Amino acid sequence: MSVEKLVEGILSGKRRELARLISLIEDEDAIASEVLSRLYKNTGHAKIIGVTGPPGSGKSTLVTRITTEYRKREQSVGIICVDPSSPFSGGALLGDRIRMQEHSLDDEVFVRSMGTRGHLGGLSRATSDAVRAVDAFGKDVILVETVGAGQSEVEVIEIAHTVIVTDVPGSGDDIQAIKAGIMEIADIFVVNKSDLPGADKKVTEINAMLDTDQKMGTWRPPVILTNGRTGEGITELVDMIEEHFAYLASSGQLEARGLRRSREELEQLMEYKLTRELLSTLRGRPEYENAIREIALRREDPYTVAERLITEFLVKCRE
Amino acid sequence: MSSKKIRVLVAKPGLDGHDRGAKVVARALRDAGMEVIYTGLRQTPEMIVRAAIDEAVDVIGLSILSGAHNAIFPRVMELLNAEGVDDILVVAGGIIPEDDVPMLKEVGIAEVFGPGTPLQEIVDFIQSNVKK
Ligand SMILES: Nc1nc2c(ncn2[C@@H]2O[C@H](COP(=O)(O)OP(=O)(O)O)[C@@H](O)[C@H]2O)c(=O)[nH]1
Ligand SMILES: [Mg+2]
Repeated sequence: MSVEKLVEGILSGKRRELARLISLIEDEDAIASEVLSRLYKNTGHAKIIGVTGPPGSGKSTLVTRITTEYRKREQSVGIICVDPSSPFSGGALLGDRIRMQEHSLDDEVFVRSMGTRGHLGGLSRATSDAVRAVDAFGKDVILVETVGAGQSEVEVIEIAHTVIVTDVPGSGDDIQAIKAGIMEIADIFVVNKSDLPGADKKVTEINAMLDTDQKMGTWRPPVILTNGRTGEGITELVDMIEEHFAYLASSGQLEARGLRRSREELEQLMEYKLTRELLSTLRGRPEYENAIREIALRREDPYTVAERLITEFLVKCRE
Repeated sequence: MSSKKIRVLVAKPGLDGHDRGAKVVARALRDAGMEVIYTGLRQTPEMIVRAAIDEAVDVIGLSILSGAHNAIFPRVMELLNAEGVDDILVVAGGIIPEDDVPMLKEVGIAEVFGPGTPLQEIVDFIQSNVKK
């Protein structure tokens, strides 16, 4: 499918073209960057919401409920669910759609499941490009579900305006986990499964933890109790998302974040392209392979060799 | 290194009350390196086709036990045709009488796997017939 046809299709709201573009992004096809570069000026309109937390805490259920609420408010919704690929087979079982049945025929909702694969440019690259594609497609709100644990999830979440961290009653251990990492990224905490014993205690614990936090800025993350099964607390949650967005806009953080993200993205892209250029001129050449052998044999050192190769590359570039 | 993967929608149309069989197949496909999107029970043909398009799958695996395949499978094919989709391989499994198989193949179901088909056979069939 041509770049032209993809760009036009996506801008005129054709799901199939959007779906194709996301596949090209996942497959790291060069056409994807061409299409995305053409779409870039049509992006930046969607409100991006990250939902992260342990498996089984109700993320998909909440995403569905939040979608229902946004649909009531006449907003269109894109959903991207990221699940881990098997490190052994590279395959993945993506089951988040099971919870999203009620939106399965709504034209204003687009749902896409992604495996983490072993992405060259990192999971965050593929996910943020997919989000960008959905943004260009014209969705008002984009929800990104990721399993919260490692670094890659934290990276994915950097593209979100508002990050929701989910938790459930019971097991006090995860307070430690929250403290250790996810803490800094949460704009809103959700204690889901309010029907289970210990829900109020969990809310109190998280609040206590937040009250002792030194690093907190001017936004103090609220803790909201929800029931994914009945939908209790969801209106409040969506109101809070809106409030957070308004806060970002009025405090100037929206603009600051936009600048920071653009800088990061530009620098990452340059780094990636430069490295690829450099390596493509080196790899496979006998001198290069030889230098590597010399380093292994301790007859050369990697510091000097790196310095030399880069200087040679730069000199060649200037010619 | 290309990170291309075969994407499969495993769908359960009809009123079947359980999906053990479909889940076993889904896991086997994952273990063969495919990305399997599983959508749960009681999918209508419309839901299946919509999910297949949004997820840009290469394969749809339909699994049914309840005997409604003669109505549902042709309907899925009809909707795919109406959307202009001709690059998705559609296979079926479950309890499907031998006599119905020719008609299903006639409407475009590439293969019908009966109960007890070795999982490897399904994996092999998909890998060698996927349309890309
Ligand atoms: N008891 C109870 N179960 C819930 C609630 N919300 C979701 N669940 C169930 O928790 C399980 C996992 O939910 P899911 O949304 O798939 O979690 P995810 O893995 O975080 O995406 C499912 O069986 C849901 O039905 C809730 O508020 N209360
Ligand atoms: Mg989920």
